[in-house]
Amino acid sequence: MRASHNLKIVEPMDDVATDDRLEVLEDIRGRLEPYRTDDRAIVGGTVITKDLNIDSLAVMDMVMEIEDRYDISIPLNVVSEIHTVDELTDTVLRIRGGH
Amino acid sequence: MGLFDRHAGTIARSRAMLVDGFHPLSVRMDRVLSPTEALIGGRHTILLGTNNYFGLTFDQSCIDAAVEATRLEGTGTTGSRIANGSYGDHLDLETEMAEFFGMKHCMVFTTGYQANLGFISSLVGEGDFLVLDADSHASIYDACKHTQATIIRFKHNDPASLEARLRRLDKEPGNKLVVVEGIYSMMGDTAPLKAFVEITKRHGGYILVDEAHSLGALGEGGRGLVEAAGVLDQVDFVVGTFSKTLGAIGGFAVSNHDDFDILRVMTRAYMFTASLPPSIVASVRAALKVVRARPDLRVRLWENVATLYDGLAALGFRLGPEHGPVVAVHMPNEQTTIGCWRALLEEGVYVNLAVPPATPSGGSLLRCSLSAAHDRAQIDKVVAAFGRVGERFGLLDRQKVAAID
Repeated sequence: MRASHNLKIVEPMDDVATDDRLEVLEDIRGRLEPYRTDDRAIVGGTVITKDLNIDSLAVMDMVMEIEDRYDISIPLNVVSEIHTVDELTDTVLRIRGGH
Repeated sequence: MGLFDRHAGTIARSRAMLVDGFHPLSVRMDRVLSPTEALIGGRHTILLGTNNYFGLTFDQSCIDAAVEATRLEGTGTTGSRIANGSYGDHLDLETEMAEFFGMKHCMVFTTGYQANLGFISSLVGEGDFLVLDADSHASIYDACKHTQATIIRFKHNDPASLEARLRRLDKEPGNKLVVVEGIYSMMGDTAPLKAFVEITKRHGGYILVDEAHSLGALGEGGRGLVEAAGVLDQVDFVVGTFSKTLGAIGGFAVSNHDDFDILRVMTRAYMFTASLPPSIVASVRAALKVVRARPDLRVRLWENVATLYDGLAALGFRLGPEHGPVVAVHMPNEQTTIGCWRALLEEGVYVNLAVPPATPSGGSLLRCSLSAAHDRAQIDKVVAAFGRVGERFGLLDRQKVAAID
């Protein structure tokens, strides 16, 4: 419970995990594409509510879509501590992995 | 960086709202004349954004009760009920509200906002899950910040979305509290409550319904959507407000759960604030009697809803999804919304300017709310004013306008 308070960003360890991670990262990048403000590509280090033209409400709505896509629960308490695309990606992988 | 620098963006946005030295968020009502009319800038203005659904703010029995209570018991209680004690009238009001909903217990709060903030955040704690509709009122979202429970959102008014979330939590041991509203305050749409109750119960959860905008307006007895949907005996908690249909201020929560009363010493928004003054308690009790005795007010309210909603739809405005005491008019952007809002005020019509983040999905709205106290001539004037303003701002569906002509 309250996993958000000790959320660790887990580095992918093997090739399978890397493929998985790439797939989730690409999915999230695709969802964020409409909110790009300039020519800069969306990368893992992109800070979602700072570098993109997306407000926190739209982020929460996007998270609901991601929950349904991966059949996981991403509590608001966790969302509020996610800043970058990498962090969101790793959160999806961590929760989907049952952690 | 100064204290106010963090608000720089909002300050700039607020300045952009200023038109001819006039700010839409600081309207001065020189005098409120009735539930449906005020003097604003010397102009008689129809009030179409009050939430005064039965027009009871000027009901003679409510006014008399408030005046009498003030004479007998003074202007205020000057403290909380835990410290200063409850006046007999507080307890009588709680008994009457519980009876009205056919529940055993009631707690009365000083505002509706505090009822949601305090009550919801005390009901759930660490290890529990608060599962809420995405379009929940700010008071519900603020309750989330006051609890250690895990917060999960589901798609607005979407039973499948709720079901998916509860299913994912099936193996979690914590309590699940689902929070929905009878009528949503911005779009005026009602929840598919029967489905929500069924799904919640099937997954072993509790359900709380906020009837802030539906008390009086829905149900044969005015008990809100819980009554209209036939689930009054199945919901765990109903919360609501005295500041809309009941014409005053304050909030309440009712329930059949036996240990309900312990929340009086667990809810900080109840314990650490002054209780409702005698005048308010008295006028609310009188207003509840009116709601019980005058179902014709509900009929009148819905007649006005139909006249306004159908009138605006015929003009070609894009509206909220269904008839409701709140009628939301969709606007293309914030600047147009402000322009239309101002133009309506110049036409002698006051509506609510609703812009993000108060609105769902980042849209801007002109939010109208109806009252049983509006007469047909007022609604006709409002529709005509909307027609002129919509025409001026190019918002109307031309074909629909042509068809009416």
